[in-house]
Amino acid sequence: MIAPPPSERNPGRSLHRFANPGRFLRLSGAVLPWLAVSGAVSLAIGLTWGLFFAPADWQQGDAVRIMYVHVPAAWLASAGYFGLALCSLLSLVWRHPLADLAAVEIGPVGAGFTALCLLTGSIWGKPMWGAWWVWDARLTSVLVLFFLYLGHIALVRAFDDPVRGYRAGAILALIGIVNLPIIKFSVDWWNTLHQPATISFTGAPTMYVGMLWPLLLASVGYTLVFAAIVMARTRAAVMERRMRVLLMARADEVAA
Amino acid sequence: MTHLPYIAAAYALGVAVPVTYAVAAFLRMRTAQRRLAAIDPRANRPGAGARRQAR
Repeated sequence: MIAPPPSERNPGRSLHRFANPGRFLRLSGAVLPWLAVSGAVSLAIGLTWGLFFAPADWQQGDAVRIMYVHVPAAWLASAGYFGLALCSLLSLVWRHPLADLAAVEIGPVGAGFTALCLLTGSIWGKPMWGAWWVWDARLTSVLVLFFLYLGHIALVRAFDDPVRGYRAGAILALIGIVNLPIIKFSVDWWNTLHQPATISFTGAPTMYVGMLWPLLLASVGYTLVFAAIVMARTRAAVMERRMRVLLMARADEVAA
Repeated sequence: MTHLPYIAAAYALGVAVPVTYAVAAFLRMRTAQRRLAAIDPRANRPGAGARRQAR
């Protein structure tokens, strides 16, 4: 019988190459400054372009400029949750130790961007729909996503044993992923006030190119900044864990 | 510019949220780095300066 190549024998083992905290800190230390600077520059250009140079919409007027904040925040609310669920899967299936820490650190950042999406949507809705809030399928499903984030944040911190908290949070995150397709397709499945998607992976965008470019730049900028924040928080969490281990070892030595 | 207060509020939030998270993450990382360097015996070995934060 011919044995598979080593890389295919156990897919979980190759993932554990990146579970080494020292290797993660070295890699992230090199990547983080580039990620943060490129994100900040893209975001500054995208937002400035959207605010001052992109054209106003013929129906919505200048209120359409809120899109350059709202759409990237909405994308990151869902993408952040997908990242959270992916880390949870890595944690539950392969017991990847960094995945637990990353999941814990993604939660508050994802919740912040979901809140930003809800708030900017509300600010956009008032002049366009005449209401700060409507119980529309898209808005309600994003509100549920926000509560899922809050539930995850509370659950992972609710146990004295952090590993039990990580497991419980991972299960919640995996169950909650069912909400992502509901958010995506809510505008197609139900009659909603919220407009359908104007950008998709399969079709051509139905947006004027002068609006599309600043939107893409702002989206890339927010995404890079989001990744940089999560990476910085995860680095801090790795160092804090090492500190706890060292202090416990010292306490044991003193007690012995 | 029409709807100026709404646009200004949205952009203020759009800048404040990532900046707040970024500053908090940077401060937390720097504090953890400093405290770890103070207690980690491996960080005080000769030639460990370049690798200090990786441990």
